[in-house]
Amino acid sequence: MRTSQLLALAWRESRTARRRLLLYMSSISLGVAALVAIDSFASNTQRSVREQARALLGGDIALTARQPFPKPLAVGLDSLKREGVARADVTTFSSMALSQRTGLTRLSQIRAVTPGYPFYGQILTSPADQWARLQSGRFALVDPSLLIALNGQVGDTLTLGFARFIVIGTLRSVPGDVGVASAIGPRIYIPARYVDETSLLMFGSRSDHEALFKLPPTLPAQRFLFRFKQRMDSAGVRARTVAETEFNLTQAIDQLRDFLSVIGIVALLLGGIGVASGVNAFVMRKIDTVAILRCLGATSGQVLAIYLIQATVMGLLGAAFGAVLGLGLQLLLPRVLADFLPVDVHVSLEWSAVITGMLVGVWVALMFALRPLVALRNVSPLQTLRRESDADALRGARFDPVRVLVAVAIVLSIAALGITRANDLTQGLGFAAGIGAAVGLLYAAAAGLSASARRVVQPNWPFVLRQGVASLYRPGNQTRSVVLALGFGVFLMSTVYQVQRNLLRTVDVKLVASRANVVFFDVQGDQGPGVDSLIRASGAQVIQRTPLVPMKISSINGVPAAKLTTDTTHGRRHAEGWAMRREFRSTYRDSLVPSERLTAGTFHRGGTRAPALPEVSVDKGIAQDLKLSIGDTIVWDVQSVLVPTRVASFREVNWTRFEPNFFVVFEPRALEKAPKQFVVLADVRGDAAVARLQRDVVSRFPNVSSLDLTLIQQTVGRVLNKVTAAIRFMAGLSLALGIPVLFSSVSATRRERLREGVLLKVLGATRRQVGRIMLAEYLLLGGLGGVVGVVLGTGGAWALMHFIFKQPYVPAFGPALLVALLMMAIAVSIGMLTGRDVFRETPMAALREA
Amino acid sequence: MLEARHLVKEYRSGDHQLAVLRDVSFVIPDGAFVAIVGPSGSGKTTLLGLLAGLDVPSTGTVILDGEDLSRLSEDKRARLRGAKVGFVFQSFQLIPTLTALENVQVPLELRGDDGAPARARELLDRVGLADRAHHFPNQLSGGEQQRVAIARAFSNAPRLLFADEPTGNLDSDTGHRIVELLENLNRESGTTIVLVTHDLTLAQRAQRIIRLADGAVVSDTATRARDLKSAAG
Repeated sequence: MRTSQLLALAWRESRTARRRLLLYMSSISLGVAALVAIDSFASNTQRSVREQARALLGGDIALTARQPFPKPLAVGLDSLKREGVARADVTTFSSMALSQRTGLTRLSQIRAVTPGYPFYGQILTSPADQWARLQSGRFALVDPSLLIALNGQVGDTLTLGFARFIVIGTLRSVPGDVGVASAIGPRIYIPARYVDETSLLMFGSRSDHEALFKLPPTLPAQRFLFRFKQRMDSAGVRARTVAETEFNLTQAIDQLRDFLSVIGIVALLLGGIGVASGVNAFVMRKIDTVAILRCLGATSGQVLAIYLIQATVMGLLGAAFGAVLGLGLQLLLPRVLADFLPVDVHVSLEWSAVITGMLVGVWVALMFALRPLVALRNVSPLQTLRRESDADALRGARFDPVRVLVAVAIVLSIAALGITRANDLTQGLGFAAGIGAAVGLLYAAAAGLSASARRVVQPNWPFVLRQGVASLYRPGNQTRSVVLALGFGVFLMSTVYQVQRNLLRTVDVKLVASRANVVFFDVQGDQGPGVDSLIRASGAQVIQRTPLVPMKISSINGVPAAKLTTDTTHGRRHAEGWAMRREFRSTYRDSLVPSERLTAGTFHRGGTRAPALPEVSVDKGIAQDLKLSIGDTIVWDVQSVLVPTRVASFREVNWTRFEPNFFVVFEPRALEKAPKQFVVLADVRGDAAVARLQRDVVSRFPNVSSLDLTLIQQTVGRVLNKVTAAIRFMAGLSLALGIPVLFSSVSATRRERLREGVLLKVLGATRRQVGRIMLAEYLLLGGLGGVVGVVLGTGGAWALMHFIFKQPYVPAFGPALLVALLMMAIAVSIGMLTGRDVFRETPMAALREA
Repeated sequence: MLEARHLVKEYRSGDHQLAVLRDVSFVIPDGAFVAIVGPSGSGKTTLLGLLAGLDVPSTGTVILDGEDLSRLSEDKRARLRGAKVGFVFQSFQLIPTLTALENVQVPLELRGDDGAPARARELLDRVGLADRAHHFPNQLSGGEQQRVAIARAFSNAPRLLFADEPTGNLDSDTGHRIVELLENLNRESGTTIVLVTHDLTLAQRAQRIIRLADGAVVSDTATRARDLKSAAG
């Protein structure tokens, strides 16, 4: 047979089945759509990052530090001016912003900038062009969310510390800033020359310092780094170049793509299962035609070729449809993820993503279609004379090497998909194994449930229910694929919802446990009594007043910190460089608090006496970084006063609690006389009282910041919502993916069901009874899918809470069950829709069709 | 020449071995018109399946033009059918998705013949269906469908034509015309025809009748049709 004749015959033969076959093959459409969308989105975003990398950084190189640059470095950097290097500075710190007009306050992130900032990229404001005005007076540009919180407007006066600023506009877009950041702390840009007027950067205050440089062609970034490396290292100053920024961001996007790809690939595989179910149904309808063709002299290869051609063409169409859909989704993704993206993504057509997505889609569809298609080789021409049941007609030898080959090809394809999506072989294989495990787990759960259905059914159950349950394990049942399709969507959705609920609950529990709902910090030593009395005067309670002393490590066991960070002979370098240089904000007390647990040594309860060294208790984690042992001596530099101590114990600290927690807790006698700040926790009833107290405190002590913990809870909720919205979008997509798979799976048994329904009708069953049997079957299928999904989702949520968030898990079934119910409704609707012929046809007409 | 030698066909039914054909032997010379008759369950259809190479016997052999069919693979038998054998079935067995013309073309195309459409059109013309060439099976009457099936059966100029109850689904007038058509084609092209039927009147039109009962040949006799044809010849 010539190829043209084969193609023509395949085309003609497909006449009445094209739409159906297209429907089955389009199970992969959404998988292709997901892959095309994810890949296009990643390519677009990475291109945008490359284009905007300079704007993201704001300069050619940025130096950052937790404190002002030390003199040797500062002098060196100043000398650059002579070489034509332009410099701009940003100092970032937290402070209360008080609206003079409304009297409301809000903890904000202040960014004090010098003229010229940023060198690249544009800060867009509303009204337009206000950025250029910022440096011309006591002006501020703020996040819109701040105005909402303060019930303020452009033109209002903001008090920051002891200085006042006029809000001249709001920020519309700041290069490199992710939208979600403003939910955590609204930004306020002010001119740097007024920082001193605010008096906010005083003893113990935390601030970040960034210097941006615009380099001339004569001084490339690498040469700059080489020149200042030593001075930067010893001062704990970090440098970022444009290339680094670009590299880090593209790597992050790669990771995001990998994560989203998991869902895309699983969607594709689910689609593959849908294809297999649908093509299985298709194959059953083709038994008669194949028998005739065989009778007329067609070889098994020719028969297989005819249907493979049909499947390929329809697979291509399904994949093309998916690609178009993917291009549409690609427009949506930047919007869904907008709050997490540091760049404005310019969407454009990515041909490589489209072609790859389509090729992968067609390949997966064909591999999965081949599984049922190869069974057509077993159809005997004898079927033209004596028709056997569908299952018998397709049954081949027990060991069919071709079927084994197809199964191996499917497994290899999944592995290849995993490997091409990951960065290396091991990761790829792990990726494929993970996907296989997820699908396998669902499949095993479905198979187990289907098998147990056979055992639970009781003879005394109503006929309708018995029939419904029986259909779950009838020969050629689609229980597994339906449960897989439904279960996976429900699984993802319920995991996401449960984790979200648990994280919110964690915050809630913490607030209740600590009783306090307002925290005042940066309270200077002499301001303590004043803040206390303001709190008491407002009728609120002071729950805790914790002293806080800033310090640095001077030496450990007699070796100076500077030497420890540069000298490798002491075995302390690398891991603890940052820990050695960092500023510690320590406290002193003689008892443990509920968020701490002793892991080694003895805590200095009751204290020690001179001449013994005062004792300290160190957090277990940082003790490891510093390679400390019990009994080690640490000398601390507290405002240039050296305080020697002995490490007496290690503690495990629960950092997630809303309480002041510390790396190092001193014995009181060591620090009582040191200059200190306080953190004050208060229990204030009512929103209005909280707002009033915050305003009163900031009015009297402008440097004192306060935080309404309920607001934190709401913020955490909002941020979580944004994060989960992106995941929910993908989970929703995978739910949508389940629908064509469901259609295919249900259609696969349509003929069987039609025969059964018609037989029942012939035997005297009413349409109502037949309908109820079908309803029972689909309710069971939907229910089973939902239950499997919720159970696995619970496992997934537990695992995430336990291993990733390290928090206790409390089941939250509400929303998960809602999703399961929704899927059940979809399953019933699709089932009833597909099986409507049973109701519509008379027994005679339906018998003829069956 | 078609020869059946000691054909036995057994099926497993539960724990039992069920013999459908027992030691069936005969020879059908080229150009013959033979009827195989017998009551329901006598093994007629099973025998036809074995003779046409659609199935293989449990023991015994079927020799077609000197070739032992049971030694050929399924695909080789398919090729042999495509080259030498035609079929007419009780339920017509047209491919529902193809038009009358396309149905007739199939055996030719499977062989890779270039002139398939022209030959198919000629055959449809011969069975009087030139004007129905582009109709689908469900748009044709039973008689028309069977004529398409006959045209298809003769499309590859088979040496051997198997007809399984070809008039079973037709009214007597149409059935009569179909048999006449078969007879004419047999006469004109010298094709051997093996007709399986339980209709004795129809069987009487063959030259020879092989009677089956309980899977065995109970009689193998020449009919008057043979005498008449010999006289005419």
